[in-house]
Amino acid sequence: MSVLVYTESEQGKLKKVAFEVASYAKAVADQLGTTVTAITINANDTSTLGNYGVDKVLTVSNSELETFNAKGYAEAIQQAAEKEGSKVVVLSSSANSKYLAPLLAIFLNAGYASNVIAAPSSSTPFTVKRSAFTNKAFEEMAINTDVKIVGVSNNAFGLVETSGSATAEAFSPSITDLGIKVESVDKASDKVSIADAEIVVSGGRGLKGPENWGMIEELANVLGAATACSKPVSDLGWRPHGEHVGQTGKPVASNLYIAIGISGAIQHLAGINASKVKVVINTDPEAPFFKAADYGVVGDAFQVVPELIEKLKAFKAQQ
Amino acid sequence: MKILVCISHVPDTTSKINFTDGDTKFDTNGVQFVINPNDEFGLTRAMWFKEKQGANVTVVNVGGAETEPTLRKALAIGADAAIRVNTPATDGFSVAKQLANVVKEGGYDLVIAGRESIDYNGGMVPGMIAGLTNANFINNCIKLDIEGSSVTAVREIDGGKETVSTSLPLVIGGQKGIVEESDLRIPNMRGIMMARQKPLTVVDPVDTNTETASVKFEKPAPKGAVKLVSPDNLDELIRLLHNEAKVI
Ligand SMILES: Cc1cc2nc3c(=O)[nH]c(=O)nc-3n(C[C@H](O)[C@H](O)[C@H](O)COP(=O)(O)OP(=O)(O)OC[C@H]3O[C@@H](n4cnc5c(N)ncnc54)[C@H](O)[C@@H]3O)c2cc1C
Ligand SMILES: Nc1ncnc2c1ncn2[C@@H]1O[C@H](COP(=O)(O)O)[C@@H](O)[C@H]1O
Repeated sequence: MSVLVYTESEQGKLKKVAFEVASYAKAVADQLGTTVTAITINANDTSTLGNYGVDKVLTVSNSELETFNAKGYAEAIQQAAEKEGSKVVVLSSSANSKYLAPLLAIFLNAGYASNVIAAPSSSTPFTVKRSAFTNKAFEEMAINTDVKIVGVSNNAFGLVETSGSATAEAFSPSITDLGIKVESVDKASDKVSIADAEIVVSGGRGLKGPENWGMIEELANVLGAATACSKPVSDLGWRPHGEHVGQTGKPVASNLYIAIGISGAIQHLAGINASKVKVVINTDPEAPFFKAADYGVVGDAFQVVPELIEKLKAFKAQQ
Repeated sequence: MKILVCISHVPDTTSKINFTDGDTKFDTNGVQFVINPNDEFGLTRAMWFKEKQGANVTVVNVGGAETEPTLRKALAIGADAAIRVNTPATDGFSVAKQLANVVKEGGYDLVIAGRESIDYNGGMVPGMIAGLTNANFINNCIKLDIEGSSVTAVREIDGGKETVSTSLPLVIGGQKGIVEESDLRIPNMRGIMMARQKPLTVVDPVDTNTETASVKFEKPAPKGAVKLVSPDNLDELIRLLHNEAKVI
């Protein structure tokens, strides 16, 4: 009956989002009066999950699952859910979890709610609040199936530490034909990815050209942030396509989003609305972004950004 | 190759989002509906397969009669035939069951759907179709090539991209990149005229059980006004982000 949570890792190390979904699973388990079981796939150290409410960890180590495969991972999670008799399975909103979730829903014949932003408001009927209409509204959704899958929106629930410890148990699911083979991966390993980032520094057409991205990179560096851009910037080839955020690009749900030289078109805002705190730096006080932002600086990026970098360095040095 | 392109009929992004019936229904009043942008990219790639490799392209929507103009637009862009499954699209899982049934009946080799629809943002229909029809599934697809039954694709991953290989039958969750914006087609007069002659078949739903249900909608609380900080006082910005917003 325990709540099952898939806690993701990368190169053997649990990701921050793993602790967030574990915290969420703990909240659900408390409502249902049960325990939390986590499943990890090729993760090395899983003991820290105990600090976020996990009671037991099913550790899968399988060389076939070395690179992510939605079907294979969904099969492993399905078998863990069946073994534990879980009625609720908690996933994150990482690209990988969103990829495997609908397959898992079919395997478990479970209703699935994605982009969930809060603990269930009721357990019978099982009802969760999710964001919809590109964050322009919230939807209360009831899941009526016996088994339920909840995809938690990144940074929406936060981390909740408890004092506890998790026991580890080796688990060997049987994996059928994977169907899809990864031929090559092209990924900047030294950079913070937009999906994992707590802070995102984003530049728009107001920056005039790719040669001016040095200061964006540097600001991101000082803050430990990921870099992103508006769509025209990637269309013009100033920045790689993977950095484009918005309705047709990557969604951003960071704690802090800093928009520099971005006007704030509705299609851009659609993708970044889920970010908690928004800062805009723009020469034009009429730019629509000022209506969406929490903090704003009306000023020239070429003056404001270098000065902000210096001041942030001084601030960080004091911390 | 027989291709099925799933078309979700969604409010244009600039639409005002409002609800009626005690906040239980989306208010379609004054809303302009369009082909979901992710589906338009996929449909355009399907046109390439039609023109270069002789594929046959059918578009499908699960929804009421009000979605037919959207399907006609897809026909005007160049699809050969359209199917409408006559039932309201209330929940992603049941939509996927309808679509999986269309796939099985029609024997399609390739199903192109979008990464997500911009109304309910479920992000679940394509994966569920794959699960229900036992097909391979590639999500966040930004490049797709097919020779015979072998498939090479590129998909976006967190922080980069990866190249994958697989085989038909296949379901795609597509997005911008599978074609570029400059490749999108605006239907011309001839296309619109021809679309009127093309078959739009209405079929009955197979199973109308729903796994999830929308209970209520709510709009976010209105946001307070932006706090402006002078460019000469950036220390204040840092102080606010540290002490007030607590994000640095
Ligand atoms: C179907 C569709 C989907 C779309 N999807 C997306 C999407 O996913 N993501 C996206 O971003 N866009 C998207 N767009 C495009 C969107 O409508 C806007 O065109 C785009 O976001 C504008 O980018 P921008 O703000 O960088 O450029 P601009 O609108 O050109 O704005 C540049 C801004 O920089 C400011 N500026 C100029 N000089 C300076 C300076 N020295 N210092 C500071 N500020 C300065 C200007 O005042 C201006 O506000 C989409 C459009 C459509 C039709
Ligand atoms: N009612 C529908 N009819 C046809 N296709 C749909 C429908 N709803 C969703 N889809 C397809 O599934 C994709 C993802 O939708 P969703 O899971 O709702 O985010 C869309 O981009 C469409 O390709």
